[in-house]
Amino acid sequence: MPLNYCLLVLAAPVSGHTSLTAARFGAALLARGHTLERVFFLDNGASNGLASAVTPQDERSPQQAWSELANTHGTELVLCVSSAVKRGLLDAAEAQRHGFPSATVYPGFTLGGLGLLVEAMQSADRVITFGAAG
Amino acid sequence: MSTTADSGVLVVTRHPQPGRSLARAALDTALATAAFDQPVTLLFLGAGVLQLLPQQDSASVGVRNLRKVIDSMPLYDLEHYYVDAEAAEHFGLTAEDLPSGAMLVDRDAQRSLFDNHQHILGF
Repeated sequence: MPLNYCLLVLAAPVSGHTSLTAARFGAALLARGHTLERVFFLDNGASNGLASAVTPQDERSPQQAWSELANTHGTELVLCVSSAVKRGLLDAAEAQRHGFPSATVYPGFTLGGLGLLVEAMQSADRVITFGAAG
Repeated sequence: MSTTADSGVLVVTRHPQPGRSLARAALDTALATAAFDQPVTLLFLGAGVLQLLPQQDSASVGVRNLRKVIDSMPLYDLEHYYVDAEAAEHFGLTAEDLPSGAMLVDRDAQRSLFDNHQHILGF
């Protein structure tokens, strides 16, 4: 039976491989015919959407791994707005509001409130948290 | 415990504040869920019970006082929340230290909480 999943990502991409594991989990469930409408990035997880992060050449970029899901399957990648702006992740509107010259959010990610997590949980059959280590 | 399998979201918070922002994220998530009139249960587990310490003063470290947020939860209709009894004892928290909405739960009751919620968010 196809299930509707929602992922909550709390782990920062630089603090280990949790974020890449989460992206692989998302790709795997989609490959098995399940749906993944929304991934919500909260707390340190919000930094997964930082456009100016540079990944070493022999490692996989979490930003790319996630945006592939958005491009291929239409998965919404939502960064908690208060977690995001605190960490310097700004979309065009937030950049303008706070007087910064340009947006710093990777393409495919958007900023949104916790209500979008609540909404996704309501319609999801499974919610999986990818937590912070320790 | 009177909860059923449909009783919504269980938010489990396992880390103290200050020191990390995760505790705040857990509370915000619980409050947002309640604000959207969705059923939500909050469980303070392990070192997370330290969030409930009375007379916290975080002004000198420059972060918000989490106990104040916890004390405001009834405004969001989050009147009661569950607290790991063993951890509370381990960290020396007495019944007088805990806010009035706190309900101490042993291992079996915690297991029921995990069993009886549709979604579990682990912070």
